[in-house]
Amino acid sequence: MFGKLTIEAVPYHEPIVMVVLGVAALMGLAVVAAITYFKKWGYLWKEWITSVDHKRLGVMYILVAIVMLIRGFSDAIMMRSQQAIASGGAEGYLPPEHYDQIFTAHGVIMIFFMAMPFMVGLMNIAVPLQIGARDVAFPFLNSLSFWLTMAGVILVNVSLGVGEFAATGWLAYPPLSDIQYSPGVGVDYWIWSLQISGIGTLLTGVNFFVTILKMRAPGMTLMKMPMFTWTALCTNVLIIAAFPILTVTIALLTLDRYIGTHFFTNDMGGNQMMYVNLIWAWGHPEVYILVLPAFGIFAEVVATYCKKRLFGYTSMVYATVAITVLSFVVWLHHFFTMGAGANVNSFFGIATMIIAIPTGVKIFNWLFTMYEGRVQFTVPMAWTLGFLITFTIGGMTGVLLAVPGADYVLHNSLFLIAHFHNVIIGGVVFGYLAGFTYWFPKVFGFKLNEKLGKASAWCWIVGFFTAFMPLYALGFMGMTRRLNSYDNPDWHFPLIVAAIGAVIIACGIACQLLQLVVSIKDRHKNVDETGDPWGGRTLEWSIPSPAPFYNFAHTPVVEERDAFWHMKENGVSEQKPAEYQDIHMPKNTSAGFFIGMIASVFGFALIWHIWWLAIVAGVGIFVTMVLRTFNDDIDYYVPAAEVERIESQRYQKLSNQA
Amino acid sequence: MSTQSMTNQDAHAHGHEHDDHEHHDPVATKVFGFWIYIMSDCVLFASIFATYAVLGTNYAGGPTSHELFELPFVLVETFVLLASSFMIGLATLAMNKGNKQGTMLWLALTLMLGAVFVGLEIYEFHHFIAEGAGPQRSAFLSSFFTLVGTHGLHVTSGCIWAIVLLIQIATKGLTDMNRSRLMCLSLFWHFLHIIWICVFTIVYLTGAI
Repeated sequence: MFGKLTIEAVPYHEPIVMVVLGVAALMGLAVVAAITYFKKWGYLWKEWITSVDHKRLGVMYILVAIVMLIRGFSDAIMMRSQQAIASGGAEGYLPPEHYDQIFTAHGVIMIFFMAMPFMVGLMNIAVPLQIGARDVAFPFLNSLSFWLTMAGVILVNVSLGVGEFAATGWLAYPPLSDIQYSPGVGVDYWIWSLQISGIGTLLTGVNFFVTILKMRAPGMTLMKMPMFTWTALCTNVLIIAAFPILTVTIALLTLDRYIGTHFFTNDMGGNQMMYVNLIWAWGHPEVYILVLPAFGIFAEVVATYCKKRLFGYTSMVYATVAITVLSFVVWLHHFFTMGAGANVNSFFGIATMIIAIPTGVKIFNWLFTMYEGRVQFTVPMAWTLGFLITFTIGGMTGVLLAVPGADYVLHNSLFLIAHFHNVIIGGVVFGYLAGFTYWFPKVFGFKLNEKLGKASAWCWIVGFFTAFMPLYALGFMGMTRRLNSYDNPDWHFPLIVAAIGAVIIACGIACQLLQLVVSIKDRHKNVDETGDPWGGRTLEWSIPSPAPFYNFAHTPVVEERDAFWHMKENGVSEQKPAEYQDIHMPKNTSAGFFIGMIASVFGFALIWHIWWLAIVAGVGIFVTMVLRTFNDDIDYYVPAAEVERIESQRYQKLSNQA
Repeated sequence: MSTQSMTNQDAHAHGHEHDDHEHHDPVATKVFGFWIYIMSDCVLFASIFATYAVLGTNYAGGPTSHELFELPFVLVETFVLLASSFMIGLATLAMNKGNKQGTMLWLALTLMLGAVFVGLEIYEFHHFIAEGAGPQRSAFLSSFFTLVGTHGLHVTSGCIWAIVLLIQIATKGLTDMNRSRLMCLSLFWHFLHIIWICVFTIVYLTGAI
């Protein structure tokens, strides 16, 4: 009846897990109680859960990302504290099987359920506004993508309380992840949470690719697109081309585990290096999927706060495209030690080093944009400056690792861990947090607290260097990754320093959360009246803040790059249009929500081998899909009078200010 | 091609006063989006083909491709699928002429031939498994069943899609929405045929000679 699921699956004998679950349950209950007390269920359902508005979906994506950042970071703190005490015979407080799950969950959560939703959220908020569109190309698909991502998030979090998570490392290499060596449900949680959310990501990729190519305002040629939109376009190309590989790789591992095929097994002709090749053919583009939009954010931020046109726009575009293409020919550098031979290794080594060239072009473009600009030291600029220094160091250690000979020594050492955190925290996290601060007023209509934002940036930057520079040294001292305990006393001191660094980063996260609370409390003091709080250059700043649900009352006509700056220079940015027209908008729908929720039940049933439930859920997904296609009542018109009423409020505010 | 003819017929028939700036054509956007989806599906098949290329000769002492494959049978499968591709082409032509009955007839024939193809494939799979050449026998058979089976699953979903679309055309006629759906289904169907040509060449032909 319940497959492999028994009451034993709940780890009630493990105090750490049970305390975490208890706290999570209490917090969940508090949220539910608060929503009920303030009678917000209807509002939540109508305005958020069933919403197809790209801005609302963006906010929900980022909310998920922040929650998962906290979860992923608790894993990090646990690992750092374990390694700080488990020295010279001491075993620490985390038993190996728990520790293995923690480092696996940390990687999976941070990449798939923190960075990806954060990136997709920022893309949702900014891209349609930057190109002058009213929504994305397929609004329902956008909602579906979000709820499929949510299904993955739900499964990962359920694994905390029901059963276990994978203990294989974040990419679940076979043969360790095969049924023979991982007979539990941990790897199955990994499989289904990634498979379901991966399909959501793929749909997002298709959706935004079409949005950017088909929905741009008249006059906005490709070379007039804002830089963030360009990087989003390249990221979506990468998603479309790379995510199917992940789907296949996970599906083949699923077949090995569920029906006993021999793709990656040790016997019967299986080849486990095939898995490693496939997963990195997705995995390397994936890191560029994450970092390219961050590059785009830095480009917007630097140009806006230096009051200058972005230096070398064209070279920036070509550098982005070059990175997009090159990202597919470097995957083998993740396993030079496979021993593919000197020729193969040198090809991939050189290809990897070549990526440093377009990336260097970008670094110089940002620097030259600042050169002789009127640099305003705002929070996003603090993140950008932190990024430029941190990322450059990370890039250089990357080139070092790209030398196959050196890699043989450093493979799987803490040097590698230090390197990729250096580029992912310094590039991706700093970039997304800069974008978060930059676009926040556009979504909510008020600015975030500057002081706490800067405090957060400082804590993150200082904390990062304190936590990860010792790891470079430890790599040279021979310490490998994923160690639960160790007996080399020389490693102890640097690991204590690293743990202190993690605490400083924790202060950064706390400042970020406090910043949100304080800013919401002071929202009336920091209201963005004009819709253009930073003196922006691109179209999203031409509309009121918070952006009206239809975005643009009139589709703007673009003449130049930095279209809004151009309008301001010509004095046409505050012209009231003569008349308004009805606006065609998509209707809200609950189909995406239901499909996502049933998909999480579907995944859960497959994880625990509850076959009847899997069939019921599978049929449920299919029926919901088909019912949705029979619904023709999917759009409506906003009357011109309503548009005029909303818009005139803004012109009122503008004239009050003048 | 017919995308263009649909664009012209996509006049907003609701008689609503129209936003002068609304230059985006929803049907063309949808078909374009479907093309992009197909490209991603193409990468999906490419990954499975790559797996087959690496593992396809790892027989592990089990039956080899020479012993298993029967080209005349596969040729029949190929012609059934080819004929169904032709049928969906006729369905698209009938749709462009606004002929609802014709569209439904050709679409039903497409569906039937698709179902026959899936049936033949199930027969072949059953035959192999009965001979002890199931997907668990060797890495070669694992990748063979997965590659051919993934194509078969795609054809099956295409058949289910065709059934749903037949009901939609029957109840609502050749609306803009249904036209774009048939356009997408037809793209999907032709794409699956191209994939089958690759399966035929790389798996069966190369494996049998």
